[in-house]
Amino acid sequence: MGGAASQLPKEMVSEYQMIFFFLSGFFLRAHKRFSELQDRDSLSSRVPMEKILTMPELKSNPFRRRICHVFSTSEPNDGSLTFEDFLDLLSAFSDSATLEIKSHYAFRIFDFDDDGTLDAGDLEKLVNCLTGDTDETRLNPEEMRQLIKNILEESDIDKDGTVNLSEFQHVISRSPDFVSSFKIVL
Amino acid sequence: MPRHKLVASESDVSIEVDADFTEDRVREVKNERNPKAKERDTKRKLEIHKTTEQKTENKKRKRSHSKQRGKRNIDDEDKGGEQISKQKKNRKNKKTKKLLTEEAEGEGYITKQKKKRRPQVDEENANATKQMTPEGPPKKKKRAKVQVESSSESEDSSSEKESSEEEEWKVTALTPEELEKLKEAVDEKKKLITILRGKPWPMLKKLQTLKESHDFLEKFEGALGKGKAKKLYAYKVMMLKRWMKFQRDFENFKTACIPWEMKIKDIESHFGSSVASYFIFLRWMYGINMILFGLTFGLVMVPEALMGKPYGSMPRKTVPRAEQASAMDFAVLWDFGGYAKYSVLFYGYYNSQRAIGWLKFRMPLSYFLVGVGTVAYSYMVVIRTMARNANEQGGGDDTNFNFSWKMFTSWDYLIGNPETADNKFASITTSFKEAIVEEQESRKDDNIHLTRFFRVLANFLVLCCLAGSGYLIYFVVRRSQKFALEGLENYGWWERNEVNMVMSLLGMFCPMLFDVISNLENYHPRIALQWQLGRIFALFLGNLYTFIIALMDEINLKRKEEETVKLNMTVWMANLHNGTLAENSTAPPITADPADVPRGPCWETMVGQEFVRLIISDTMTTYITLLIGDFLRAVMVRFFNYCWCWDLEYGFPSYSEFDVSGNVLGLIFNQGMIWMGAFYAPCLPALNVLRLHVSMYLQCWAVMCCNVPQERVFKASGSNNFYMAMLLVILFLSTLPAIYTIVSIPPSFDCGPFSGKNRMFDVIQETLEMDFPAWFGKVFSYASNPGLVLPFLLLMVLAIYYLQSTSKTYKKANAELKKKLQAQNEENKKKNKRAALKASDPEEARNSASEQQWHQINNNASKKEMDTWGCERGQNQHVTTCTRQSAAVKRQCGPADLHNPSTRPPPAQRNPATHGYLPGNPHQPSLRMQRTSSLKLQ
Repeated sequence: MGGAASQLPKEMVSEYQMIFFFLSGFFLRAHKRFSELQDRDSLSSRVPMEKILTMPELKSNPFRRRICHVFSTSEPNDGSLTFEDFLDLLSAFSDSATLEIKSHYAFRIFDFDDDGTLDAGDLEKLVNCLTGDTDETRLNPEEMRQLIKNILEESDIDKDGTVNLSEFQHVISRSPDFVSSFKIVL
Repeated sequence: MPRHKLVASESDVSIEVDADFTEDRVREVKNERNPKAKERDTKRKLEIHKTTEQKTENKKRKRSHSKQRGKRNIDDEDKGGEQISKQKKNRKNKKTKKLLTEEAEGEGYITKQKKKRRPQVDEENANATKQMTPEGPPKKKKRAKVQVESSSESEDSSSEKESSEEEEWKVTALTPEELEKLKEAVDEKKKLITILRGKPWPMLKKLQTLKESHDFLEKFEGALGKGKAKKLYAYKVMMLKRWMKFQRDFENFKTACIPWEMKIKDIESHFGSSVASYFIFLRWMYGINMILFGLTFGLVMVPEALMGKPYGSMPRKTVPRAEQASAMDFAVLWDFGGYAKYSVLFYGYYNSQRAIGWLKFRMPLSYFLVGVGTVAYSYMVVIRTMARNANEQGGGDDTNFNFSWKMFTSWDYLIGNPETADNKFASITTSFKEAIVEEQESRKDDNIHLTRFFRVLANFLVLCCLAGSGYLIYFVVRRSQKFALEGLENYGWWERNEVNMVMSLLGMFCPMLFDVISNLENYHPRIALQWQLGRIFALFLGNLYTFIIALMDEINLKRKEEETVKLNMTVWMANLHNGTLAENSTAPPITADPADVPRGPCWETMVGQEFVRLIISDTMTTYITLLIGDFLRAVMVRFFNYCWCWDLEYGFPSYSEFDVSGNVLGLIFNQGMIWMGAFYAPCLPALNVLRLHVSMYLQCWAVMCCNVPQERVFKASGSNNFYMAMLLVILFLSTLPAIYTIVSIPPSFDCGPFSGKNRMFDVIQETLEMDFPAWFGKVFSYASNPGLVLPFLLLMVLAIYYLQSTSKTYKKANAELKKKLQAQNEENKKKNKRAALKASDPEEARNSASEQQWHQINNNASKKEMDTWGCERGQNQHVTTCTRQSAAVKRQCGPADLHNPSTRPPPAQRNPATHGYLPGNPHQPSLRMQRTSSLKLQ
């Protein structure tokens, strides 16, 4: 777009800087990217999920829909993002976000039914996301059952059949490469 | 410029807040300005009693810089927080068991928000009551409680408003203790602002909290200053703000200064984090070499070049007469002979003069200390990095979440390339499958004998390879010595560069051989990779050590030569003196041109030269293989693909992959050679900096233009410490020969900074004697007395032993705690079951009635179910608003719920009758109905 419409007010930038770890130039860049996605005709400041998903950074991510849903603040949660949501997303996936923030959002991304725990259904969906859409890469039910059993054996510390946030964070915090791979660079 | 901006914006906030007379007025203004706002306001009214703050704000705060509303939101949130606290209390009363501190921490966003918000809220409440009773904490609490109660009665925002207005004007009269309290609150706010970035809240919430805090600070900091010393206080505050701003800018500047950041990010987004980790490692190496280079360049090379005797003033600084004709030839210079050999680049050029120049720079001492310092600094950096990595990995916890990590952390979110993503999918699937198969196989092991046989065979073959390559290198080095004795001029290019070429070629082809051999072994890929790395490591190490042993032979040869030269020297001197004596007895002792003076072979320079040549040829091989193996191959594949009988891109040659582990190993060994040779050739770090710099650009380019993403994506970061450990081993092994030569071989008699001394480290003793007062030497000699050193060593060993045994105890305690936790949980579950059974009895009738209805409820009742849960926890009066809540509520109440696993009924018990009956809400047929239906759906 460019022009006056895509200019970010300067006070906003300095306010954002108090909240996020980004450089001031970053906000302008992010805003530029965001306004490219914005529909020119409609006045709403939200960008629908389908538009967001076309971004090359998210295009090949199997969790892209979940990511949009988690960061969206829209009323019926349709995954559309405002610029603030978009910044939220970027900051959670930035280099400077702490392990706590990252694991928190990762948990919510993996929690497919939004019920606050990762149960067997969530884990199954998660595995299906990770193994791709094609049939030959899918695991068969027997393998799936075994895998989920193993995972629960490992990380379900209190043995209630689900993985909750604190268990999840416990597991994640010991992982050597979570922080380095839970990143999206604009 | 930005600083002004910030200050301006902050003052904006304050002005607007001060100018906000009444809430209604502001709202009216707003409504006139924006018709949409009206709708939002009505919505807001309805939602005042939502149990979750998050949602409330999100809706209200469409535009984040609608500053006037800040206060209003405080009130709302205040209530929300209290409701939550109340519901939490309810729950706690019900289930008094608290499981874990960790759980409490994990209790999630709600508590955290609340905690943060609480003091401030209390403070404001206190302010409101302050005038009547300036008492303190107990009063405050009372007031807070009143609000909690009133908040359950629907509308009390008016009283809230009053209180906020009150505090506007009553700020003027404050007693000292109130002032103190206010100060505390102000500090609290400041702290909140600083830690705000580290919170997993949505942005709107953060913005709002930030603004509130700013408003608060603006208002009350001013108030604090109104009494005594206000100017000073205001000044202090302003300076603090400036300082914070400066710090932030500086931080930004620092991150902007990291070199090659964008390049690496670019690669990261194309190839995933493993390839990028190589470049990060390269950058780290570059940093270390920069510092080593600074040390040697600043403290050794430059002083000698500037203040030492100039070229041609003495034999060691002059090219000998025999070599002068060819000293400037490129071929000679390329071999670091001729003028390059007699320059600051090598050990032999340095003079043994104790102090040089007008600075009285202690050159030999500096040379020695820089050599030691280089090694010490490297040790320090490597070990510190290792420790940091170990810390990040969770402090060496022995628990291994193999499957969970595969599941939760295997996706690399940086991947933005569909092709890489496909590879990643495939590799994750295979890793899952392999893990499952492995798990099954670990239980039953069939045909172990055959695999065992193959593994032994493979190792035997690899050992043969290693021994062969070692012998080859030894043979070549000996042969090259023969060539050197007969004079290199008679031989061609190959004979002169045989050693380096053979070493490079071995380094290139042996790993491929190992790769083929390792197919025999049938290991898990990760283990196979480690074996492969270990073997290449052994190969390189073997080659390097063979090379060193051959060098040692050569050193011994040179030293024998030196003896004869020494003898010749005396003869020559005598001749010279005899010759001059006849003419003039008072002439200076030596009049011969320094180029004509016979001189020793100077083995130190020879060693330095060998290492420099090795580095150069290694670099060349790397670059050439890069150009041929990657670039030419890619060009061929791309352009011949149009006219070829099979698909080149996916068929046989295809594009090459980026070999992370091989490259990292190459880098590590290169560094090892630098450490080994740096003492005898001070130019080595400089050369290495150059090499790394070029590598960075060349490899970045090569990766981006002619490599394809790896098929098996290994995460290098997982093996980060593995690489570091290798680096440490290499560092140790490369310092060993250097230390051996320094300690046990006497330096050459006529070259280098230590000439004329018996051993190189004598320079320390000399300095102690000459430059320090006598008592210092005495103290030093006492301190190095074995009677003192031995107890010290003993003490260190004891400390290590103690620390190790404590860490063992900690581990045991950890395991114990885990067991205890599980046991407690079991107990909780049982208790819960019993309680649920008991509670279900009086509910039976109602449930049976509602059971007929829940079939009619639509399918996505699970959503609503969550809402009702949220409501039951809170105040049950707000039924109507509760049903309007959606996903955000779920997010909020979900984790809060799950952290008390005891609150959830065990899965087997999931039927309407036994689900947690809450004593506080006797009559809610419709709600219960929805909930039960959803439970069935689960």
